[in-house]
Amino acid sequence: MLRLKSGLWLLGFVVFALLPLVVTNPAYRNIAVVTLIFMACATSWNMFSGYSGYVALGSAAFYGTGAYTMALMANHLHLQGGASMFWLVPAGGLAAMLVAVPVGAIALRVRRHTFVVITIAIFFVFQLTAINLSFTGGTGGLSLPYVPWGASYFEVPFYYVAFAILIFATVLSVLVRRSRFGLQLLAIRDDEDRALGLGVKVFPVKLTGFVMSAFVIGMGGALYAMLQGQIYPQFVFDPIFDITIALMAFFGGFGTLLGPLLGGLVLESMQQYFTVTFSSGSLGSLYLIVFGALFLVVILFMPQGIVTAVRDWWVKRAARAARDSAASDAALAGGSH
Amino acid sequence: MNSTALIHAIIDGVLTGSVYALMATGLTLIFGVMDIINVAQGILVILGAYLSYALSAHFGIDLFVGLAITIPTLFVVGIVVERLFLARLKGPERTAMSILVTYAISLVIEGALNMIFSVNPVQLHAWYVNQSFGIFGIYIAYIYVFGFLLAAGLLAALYVMLYRTRFGASIRASLADQTAAALIGIDVKRVATICFGIGVAVTAAGGMVYGATNTFNASTSYDLISRLLVIIVLGGMGSLGGALLAGILMVTLEDIVAVAWSPVWSQISFFVVLVIVLSLRPQGLFGKQSARVA
Repeated sequence: MLRLKSGLWLLGFVVFALLPLVVTNPAYRNIAVVTLIFMACATSWNMFSGYSGYVALGSAAFYGTGAYTMALMANHLHLQGGASMFWLVPAGGLAAMLVAVPVGAIALRVRRHTFVVITIAIFFVFQLTAINLSFTGGTGGLSLPYVPWGASYFEVPFYYVAFAILIFATVLSVLVRRSRFGLQLLAIRDDEDRALGLGVKVFPVKLTGFVMSAFVIGMGGALYAMLQGQIYPQFVFDPIFDITIALMAFFGGFGTLLGPLLGGLVLESMQQYFTVTFSSGSLGSLYLIVFGALFLVVILFMPQGIVTAVRDWWVKRAARAARDSAASDAALAGGSH
Repeated sequence: MNSTALIHAIIDGVLTGSVYALMATGLTLIFGVMDIINVAQGILVILGAYLSYALSAHFGIDLFVGLAITIPTLFVVGIVVERLFLARLKGPERTAMSILVTYAISLVIEGALNMIFSVNPVQLHAWYVNQSFGIFGIYIAYIYVFGFLLAAGLLAALYVMLYRTRFGASIRASLADQTAAALIGIDVKRVATICFGIGVAVTAAGGMVYGATNTFNASTSYDLISRLLVIIVLGGMGSLGGALLAGILMVTLEDIVAVAWSPVWSQISFFVVLVIVLSLRPQGLFGKQSARVA
């Protein structure tokens, strides 16, 4: 089982690593880059919200902060468009963490559903600020330095940077899950008052998790800004982003490692594909319907998400197989006497 | 800032705020009885507005008369959504799941509305939308007053239902404590379904007034739902009086900031007030202080 599992992870790694060599259509490569960014963001979101049970719906505040950090720093440092801009990706992540400290300090004072609403409210403060301030360029947004790579391999460097971010997010998520800190987050999810009673310093633990999860989301936003070359406040501070990464995690399996990866892969690639294919006309709205309906179907039939449902089914099957073989062994043993 | 503009802003705020209060009351009622946060409330308001639009544009039915059709329609929509999706949600993550499920429902409706009505913004029209009357040098369109009267009437009806009828008593019992309500023989499931229907039905009226006073398309719902959520959290989730007061206060404040400072920043005042109030009073203005939240 363990070998099968690590084999599958390795297979996934190889497939993702080789994908740009097989897929040469720039439109599809672009879809792949954005999908990787979303998988990374959903994984990072899940690392806090999935483990602690605090569903944050304002993560676009961090995504947008990362995007604006990239755009503003690249312009102010007069960077040449090109690979040197990739160094600003972690800067975007750090800026998002910096912003997450006061946001978390305010939002984490309240519990669960009030927390959800207050994260939405704080997100809108960010969006409106970006629209109204002058240095953010208002609704016109900001242009980034032009990246002069040829069309035949333009997306490839982006792809591998996004892939690196995804691996970082996944490894971080695993490490947190296996650490004492991760157990404390899970204890908060199960029963915060009991965790407090047992000596978990709940507020610092929650705040640390919240701020950590902002890092990858900020990096995702920074990379996305560089890929687009132009950002607008309503697209990087996007309420749909907030809900999309949460839906991805729930779709695949809330609080599991594989869940947000699967959810991000399926939902984002589908959404991007729909957007590219039906970019004109009223069919552009079709993906909203498909996206929403698909999520509803999954959540009604597999309330724990796909990964958990499949795992339960697998465990049950294995248990039944074990029982059957035990029974037949017993029957054989009985027959030999 | 001159005082006429300020008075105008206050009058405007109270009139518009009452409509927000009506929509927020539906939302907070649903939360109080069912522990469900209906994020689809925003798009349902827009759906109500589009229904009024279709009735008036294609059949020439007056906006207020059309409510006789749109309110029952949305009541049924609410019942169907509750039975089909929300009644199945169980377990400790129920409230969080309800946000995602209603969001997904909202996306489906948004996509459908975009396809049927296109994304070009529209506005509802009638003589009372276009004409206004003057009082003390302030001009107010009739629709604001009519909308206020409608919202006040429906809120009054809601309160009479809640405080003067037997069914209202079972709703209030469910609001106070669902387990205890079930123990004294109240059919909490049925109460929940009907409450959801009522909570959604008020969006028909709210949507009609909203659509007559603003241009809208399906994506306007994001702005709406974020305001409605702020209102119910500020008032204290599950508190009907809190939603009423917070609705009027917030919209009035926004209008005052718009004239006193700048319309550009008025929207932010909404969210800033929420953040400040919640830092001081995490349960909102009238929320129940719960020591232990599961």
